[in-house]
Amino acid sequence: MKEILIISGKGGCGKTSLCAGFAKLAKSAVLVDCDVDASDLHLLLKPEIIKKEVFIAGELPSLDEEKCIRCGKCKEYCRLNAITFAEHELPVFHENACEGCKVCTIVCPTKAITMVPRTCGEWMKSQTCAGMMFHARLLPGGENSGKLIAEIRKAAREEAKREKQDLLLSDGPPGIGCPVISSITGVDMAVIITEPTLSGLHDLKRTIQMAREFEVEIRVIINKYDLNSEMADKIQKACEKNGIQVIGKMPFDPIFNSSLREGKTIIDFPDSEPAKILASIWKQIDPSKEKGKRK
Amino acid sequence: MKIAVASGKGGTGKTTVSLALAEVLGTKGLLLDCDVEEPNCHLFFQMPADKTTPVTVKIPSFNQDLCIGCHQCSDFCAFNAIANIGKKLLIFPELCHSCGGCAYLCPTKAIQEIDHKIGVLEYRKKGSVELITGIMDVGNIIAVPIIHQVIAQADSHRTTILDSPPGTACPMVNTIRDADFVILVTEPTPFGLYDLQLAQDTLEAMNIPSGVIINRADDSCADVEAFCKSRNIDVLMKIPFSKKIATGYSNGDSLLTSAPELKPKFTQLLQKLGGL
Amino acid sequence: MKLAISCQGTKLTDAVDTRFGRAANFLLYDTETKEVSVIPNTQNLQAAQGAGIQSGMTVAKSGAEAIITGHCGPKAFRVLQEGNVKIYLTDNTGSVADAIQLWEDGKLQSITSADVDGHWL
Repeated sequence: MKEILIISGKGGCGKTSLCAGFAKLAKSAVLVDCDVDASDLHLLLKPEIIKKEVFIAGELPSLDEEKCIRCGKCKEYCRLNAITFAEHELPVFHENACEGCKVCTIVCPTKAITMVPRTCGEWMKSQTCAGMMFHARLLPGGENSGKLIAEIRKAAREEAKREKQDLLLSDGPPGIGCPVISSITGVDMAVIITEPTLSGLHDLKRTIQMAREFEVEIRVIINKYDLNSEMADKIQKACEKNGIQVIGKMPFDPIFNSSLREGKTIIDFPDSEPAKILASIWKQIDPSKEKGKRK
Repeated sequence: MKIAVASGKGGTGKTTVSLALAEVLGTKGLLLDCDVEEPNCHLFFQMPADKTTPVTVKIPSFNQDLCIGCHQCSDFCAFNAIANIGKKLLIFPELCHSCGGCAYLCPTKAIQEIDHKIGVLEYRKKGSVELITGIMDVGNIIAVPIIHQVIAQADSHRTTILDSPPGTACPMVNTIRDADFVILVTEPTPFGLYDLQLAQDTLEAMNIPSGVIINRADDSCADVEAFCKSRNIDVLMKIPFSKKIATGYSNGDSLLTSAPELKPKFTQLLQKLGGL
Repeated sequence: MKLAISCQGTKLTDAVDTRFGRAANFLLYDTETKEVSVIPNTQNLQAAQGAGIQSGMTVAKSGAEAIITGHCGPKAFRVLQEGNVKIYLTDNTGSVADAIQLWEDGKLQSITSADVDGHWL
């Protein structure tokens, strides 16, 4: 079974649109939407939820008001300003800022603070037109996105094994921090989507640098390349110079938006130019085309 | 005054709008780039940094001679960042959240906190516009401490614009936490609208007032407008989709450089928000 | 000497658990007395991060001089190295007893660096 992750570093380059297209082209795939913070893949793949699970990770402080002597020590030692205090009032714990370090529990002189499990979100297993999909919702300000991503990837891997699927295809989160790192570990190939802008090039470099810390094949697709062909060429040359394979250039096309509005992928318009180009890009990375290829 | 520029979806135009606001504010403003994983504002300044300072966090350092092997530190650590093998202690800096708990607990004061670099702050000034950028070192996983240090540079005498990370998780939330107002930038597409709803839910949960700018606006803004009406938030501005602006952006030209005719809109917006 | 093996179950006939950080249990096998004891690894199933570190400590504390497992990430590797535990990898899908036999026959290689990326899985 091969695992492919679609990422971009910079947001808005077209990860989800292209990933949905690949999902449709793939013969047998399990899909994962690793952008648990703002997951959009479901808008294109119309999932029917089969199973929902609450995601509990980390802890939050809980105050025993009777024991509290309002000394303010908890606020003093909290380095995240997650505890505020009006004089002689009870401390207020701000969930959005709390990371669950528990320092408040050890500095409290009356042991008035204990930690309780934290519900960070939920995850779902759903049936879609392109295969089984695992996706999640992180609550606003949610912590532990890395662990939530790990949970859905684990469930997806088990499904792929059980159903003897060739491919685990993941729509990744933006950026290069914890959520992306949790998405990329153990993956066979990271396909980085970029756009022909100065920001796109800058973010691509950082994304490649991050991806190189992992044992993963890296490929690049330049999306909307004709918005600035000169910049697109610059990006292509920079990739080639650094030994990074550019596997395709997608044109800017209003069909991306119009198909999105209809809740369809561009592959649902197979006669369109973008669909044909995407299909030929897919042939280069489709695992069902490989015979015993190793990393 | 602190105005944060956020979105749910990435790539809607946060940086574009942040730069435009900063250009209009001039010396009355300060631009802070809090998208520390992939900061972009500085690219539009087209100049190297005037000054760079390291961003550090505290991590524990162990004096093995004083250690009595009680393991309170590793048992306490909520992030499994400390391993003990007999009396040998190992710290995994990438997992450490710098809470100080281990040092507090150690009965023999065998733990001292030392500085560990996780990124940098870069300072730039071009004309009347001042920019401070937070950049996370690649390979780090936690963006939030750098975001805090960028925001600590805010100036109470000026209107501070916070270019926020995308999404609604801890990086974005930590950026907008103390903002007086959040401008949500969206695009008139189903992805844009869906993620806008997530972002607005977050702001309502945090009780922060907001308004929406529709970027790359065309004649399909009705859904976004209806959403804003349903949540009682204003559509503050529509920036039309324009090849001229897109090309300028791709070459590193700011919005007001490509489309100076939009400047009065931003002036009016800042006046309306009380930032000018 | 004591040899640890990551295991899906609790007996020598049970399958090797190829994961280290999230292994269900560790079997501790004494090569002289042939005795087996079970070290549960349940605390790690819920850990949000650092499971490899925790498992590393568990194995180091057990007195094992070597561990047989499927994969070892960089954090776990660091802990085991510090604890002077030699790491042997097997992709054998058989039982713990099979893995021990391979080790005794000298057919398993000890690794000098982590073989996989660290992860939260």
